[in-house]
Amino acid sequence: MAQVRIPTPLRRLTKGEAEVSVDGDTVAAIIDGLEADYPGLKERICDDQGEVRRFVNIYVNDEDVRFLDGTETKTGPDDIMSIIPAIAGG
Amino acid sequence: MFDFSDEQIKRYSRHIILSEVGGTGQTKLLQSKVLLLGAGGLGSPAAFYLAAAGVGTIGLIDDDEVDLSNLQRQILHSTADVGRPKVDSATETLKGVNPDIDVVTYQTRLTSENAMEIIDGYDVIVDGCDNLPTRYLLNDASVFAGKPVVHGSIFQFEGQVTVFDPRHGPCYRCLYPEPPPPDMVPSCQEAGVIGVLPGIIGSLQAVEAIKVVLGIGEPLVGKLLLYNALNQDFRKLTLHKDATCPVCSENPSVTELIDYEAFCAVQW
Ligand SMILES: [Zn+2]
Repeated sequence: MAQVRIPTPLRRLTKGEAEVSVDGDTVAAIIDGLEADYPGLKERICDDQGEVRRFVNIYVNDEDVRFLDGTETKTGPDDIMSIIPAIAGG
Repeated sequence: MFDFSDEQIKRYSRHIILSEVGGTGQTKLLQSKVLLLGAGGLGSPAAFYLAAAGVGTIGLIDDDEVDLSNLQRQILHSTADVGRPKVDSATETLKGVNPDIDVVTYQTRLTSENAMEIIDGYDVIVDGCDNLPTRYLLNDASVFAGKPVVHGSIFQFEGQVTVFDPRHGPCYRCLYPEPPPPDMVPSCQEAGVIGVLPGIIGSLQAVEAIKVVLGIGEPLVGKLLLYNALNQDFRKLTLHKDATCPVCSENPSVTELIDYEAFCAVQW
């Protein structure tokens, strides 16, 4: 279980929810949990090989999981997972 | 000991009285050169405050003309400026705020041809452009030139700010190694943006640019500040230099500037 912060562009898939609670004790499991609850989310976050897309970063609390254990990074109930896409507007 | 005119002493008195700035810091500001990429939503407040602060040379690069739909957020320009080049309208506004500074304009897009030449000579670059290809181009050019970039970007109600200083920390490609395919990024203002958001993010960029010039405080190097206007939430994430970064690592794969295809996708 973890709290997941949904970026604005993907909230149309979470019925407008900015933060959702999802089952799973690793980042990968949470992404699958997101897909189960909100179909369509996983393909936005991951490519066909299941790798996190290169214009999306995933953070557990304030750390980028690429510098932890990637999608195998463990998450506990008090952790917050954030999905942060590149945004370009100015 | 400082070479200020009476008018400058009065104009910058609230800076000079700050121990972190003082006469020395104000002199640094007056001697500094800051390039603003984009005279739009983010560039407007950033340029306003940098001009008011007495940044001696402000460079403005923007190829666009003022459109009525810009005025909801781009406060450098006024209704009478619709149709004028943004760099002209902006120069007039900035000189009105502070005739003490020089404004250098480039009415063009940043390209692989002109980027190195334009950024040469500036101390800090404020990135407030509105598209990813230019952000990648600027990143690579600034890594090659070893210049700090104060990055700001906005989408609807959310903004991001960080300082990419290739001398001390990560670069944009350390975060996002490659641009997304054209149909996959939420990027442009056609998705809508709350007008005051660039006012907040652009002002934060101005603070960071001034800190970098003065060498004070802790600039957002290795930190990504996220702002959400809907719940007034500010958060900071940690950024790392990526040992496999395509451009700033030991063995870069990107060794020359790339003009990525321009795109603007609302859907992701
Ligand atoms: Zn890098």
